[in-house]
Amino acid sequence: MSRVSEATVGDALPNHNHSCDEIQLFFYNAALWNAHRIHYDLPYATEAEGYPGLVVAGPLLGDWISQVVDEWIDGTEAELLRFEYSNRQAAYVGDELVAGGTVTGVDEDTVTVELFVKNADGEVITPGAATISRL
Amino acid sequence: MGLLTPELLANIGKKAAPKTEIVTRRDIRKYAIATGARLRKYLDGDEAPPLYHVALFWDVVEMDELSPDGVSIDRLLPKFPLERAMAGGLEISYSGKIHPGDVLTANRTLTDIYEKEGRSGPLIFYEVIMEVTREDGSVAVSEKTTRILR
Repeated sequence: MSRVSEATVGDALPNHNHSCDEIQLFFYNAALWNAHRIHYDLPYATEAEGYPGLVVAGPLLGDWISQVVDEWIDGTEAELLRFEYSNRQAAYVGDELVAGGTVTGVDEDTVTVELFVKNADGEVITPGAATISRL
Repeated sequence: MGLLTPELLANIGKKAAPKTEIVTRRDIRKYAIATGARLRKYLDGDEAPPLYHVALFWDVVEMDELSPDGVSIDRLLPKFPLERAMAGGLEISYSGKIHPGDVLTANRTLTDIYEKEGRSGPLIFYEVIMEVTREDGSVAVSEKTTRILR
């Protein structure tokens, strides 16, 4: 029996804490070949675009919530079938963020989870969801 | 309402040229480290993390293809009457894992453009579907991107 096969609705997935610094943001955008100035040019981000700081790349927030479900099923036979996220609010370098999730559905073949990245005010800035095979 | 002209809507169905890339251990390792991955299989590059294809198929553009803010111009997209990107999201379905040595091809299609009235004015939504196939033609990843412009 794995934690996935025993999952019940309401189970919380372990939280992951993240705070993106300049080095991580640089590495991430370099890995993509993304030169958008809002991620490394602080005067541009604040003065030209009006952001309070360097903007954390949206798909990096998406990756963090994928890690919540992916680490939860690691070492089990379960597989990630579907994953979705949506960038609703920006996050900035230095923000204290938490990614986590909750089991929202269990049927014969699959488990569904709701996922999130929350900011320090507890607002969900990046909601998401995943469907995994139930083995 | 009425930002979307017939000319603009005629772009629905447009396809980008297919792109083929080889998955390498080195690129997986870079992606895993950059995202703060903790699982050894990713940090060692034995297997690609679930969102690795986002990096693999991010456009490698030349300097003169960037706008002054450093953004690469996506030639699949028409010029929209609203330009400020507000939010976006991905919906992805998976069939199997991606490993070093895999040769993957991405086909992108602009599948929808529509308009909605937001709280502070009109919003334009567009959807792009990217299908990532293996050498045998089977689909490894299917991804729908939705972006909102204001």
